[in-house]
Amino acid sequence: MQVGRVLKKHNQRGGGSTSEPAWVRYLLVTVALIFLALFLLLPLAAVFAQALDKGWEAYLEALKEPDTLSAIRLTLTTAAVCVPLNLFFGIVASWAIAKFNFRGKSFLITLIDLPFSVSPVVSGLIYVLIFGLQGWLGPWLQDHDIKIIFAVPGIILATVFVTFPFVARELIPLMEAQGREEEEAALTLGASGLQTFFRVTFPNIKWGILYGVILCNARAMGEFGAVSVVSGHVRGSTNTIPLQVEILYNEYSYAAAFAVASLLALLALVTLAVKTAAEWKMQQTVTVSEKER
Amino acid sequence: MSIDIEAVSKTFGSFSALSDVSLKVPSGELVALLGPSGSGKTSLLRIIAGLETPDSGRILFDGVEATNRQVKDRQVGFVFQHYALFRHMTVFDNIAFGLTVKPKKERPGKQEIKDKVHSLLKLIQLEQLADRYPGQLSGGQRQRVALARALAVEPQVLLLDEPFGALDAKVRVELRRWLRRLHDEIHVTSVFVTHDQEEALEVADRIVVMNQGQIEQQGTPSEVYDRPATPFVYDFLGNVNLFKGRVHEGTAQMGGIKLSSPENASANDAPAVGYVRSHDIAIERDSSEGALKAEVRYLLSVGPLVRVDLSLPDGGPIEVDLPRDEADKLGLKVGDQVFARPRKMRVFVDDYQI
Repeated sequence: MQVGRVLKKHNQRGGGSTSEPAWVRYLLVTVALIFLALFLLLPLAAVFAQALDKGWEAYLEALKEPDTLSAIRLTLTTAAVCVPLNLFFGIVASWAIAKFNFRGKSFLITLIDLPFSVSPVVSGLIYVLIFGLQGWLGPWLQDHDIKIIFAVPGIILATVFVTFPFVARELIPLMEAQGREEEEAALTLGASGLQTFFRVTFPNIKWGILYGVILCNARAMGEFGAVSVVSGHVRGSTNTIPLQVEILYNEYSYAAAFAVASLLALLALVTLAVKTAAEWKMQQTVTVSEKER
Repeated sequence: MSIDIEAVSKTFGSFSALSDVSLKVPSGELVALLGPSGSGKTSLLRIIAGLETPDSGRILFDGVEATNRQVKDRQVGFVFQHYALFRHMTVFDNIAFGLTVKPKKERPGKQEIKDKVHSLLKLIQLEQLADRYPGQLSGGQRQRVALARALAVEPQVLLLDEPFGALDAKVRVELRRWLRRLHDEIHVTSVFVTHDQEEALEVADRIVVMNQGQIEQQGTPSEVYDRPATPFVYDFLGNVNLFKGRVHEGTAQMGGIKLSSPENASANDAPAVGYVRSHDIAIERDSSEGALKAEVRYLLSVGPLVRVDLSLPDGGPIEVDLPRDEADKLGLKVGDQVFARPRKMRVFVDDYQI
């Protein structure tokens, strides 16, 4: 406390020599704000304005359209499968990476990052190559009457691949920063592995998990490229929300397209809000742990 | 519970942390593992706890093999240098943790846990802080909570990894005396790791000095301090001065002083190094047999001892700690010519470089 106060005083005194003149600061802030407004807020506002162009009635009507409803259902199903899968994988992988030393650790980290570095279209094509009719497993799958490409399983597979890194990437640095002493302490006190996870590790990483899940979910619902390649665009059956938006737009039903798009925009806003809250909470836990050092 | 460590070795990559270490810790003793960083003392402690597995060798608890026993089944209490308190739990919940994770059949009732935690809080004198979080405590308070947490499960062995290393000097002294009193009360077999010789000498029943993954010497504090077995121990425990010379058939010749060195009876005109503690040198005004001529270079008179830096004619420095009254009697000044007489010297044949 004492030190903090002294430092603050010192900063105030030294403020004039260390920071830029006022007009430079205002200029920088203004430029940043204009940029944000132009490229982020304006389009967002445009989406909602266009969606509600023909009134609430038309807006709701567009959303009630059977093909759109089916797209919403498919998107929700996809997210409902992908997010728990990647949540499980993310926790397992980051636990292994942060708490144990083993050979090939850095290779595993690189592998987890792979979906970030590959274009989503390529991710989709990989599955077409493997499971498609001309692909490696295509003939066998057809013989056994299993449909993966141009069907729901393909969409889920491609989405899982694309959203693979989100939870793990969020947790690895967090868990590494927290070290493993608390877990070791729990073990010496007689806790089992599961008790250690749920009573010691989980409370320390829960905000990081929430953050990762939110990002993972947003991407799972919004993914276009990879899903577009494997879906086949069958109306009312293999179209997700983003694909439906594109189809509607290409058919010049602008109001309907923007109405559906507004759902994704809403999702983005919710994601942002939860993300900010989670980040704030996480910052708190990290500060506490730093103080403890 | 007694601990037997039999021929334990451990390597991390190409670094050999422990090589062929054997050690017995009798039941009820407080033993210090003392050594510089990288000497393997922490690795040995973690192997006893089961947090690391040895590459070879065995660990026995009460004569029963425990090398592959799970950490949670070893009944050890472990105290970490950085406390490792559960940051999202209150002091109360931290101390109660070990009791609440017990299997249903062995788990004490709620009231019993509450009573136990409160008696431990009383022991560590933090009763009024039961509802605080670790982040709201000072370092000394946190380490006491960590100790209470480890003691709550009534461990057979208490292991402490540099428990006072992260605390400031005054708290460190208070806490280590408190630990010593606590051990006198509860007599649990305890092993603690430290690099602070003063701490080891003050607290432990027995000291095990480690260096480069091996045990250099073990014994009571006075044995280790007064009769160091190796040059390393001499150097590590307390201030020491080095004299170079030669030793031949039990007689050493050290820079003008002749003394008998019976432990080197078999030496044949070998180069040797004599070790003398800084408080084992007397300073005299008059020349006499067995004293070396020297010049006073520097005086530091703070505290009960006066530190005198001398230099020999050949340039070699000597550090002497004199009691204050003795220094006052001599009335030393920088530049004075004096005679330094080693009262006690231990000679080692020179196969060891510092």
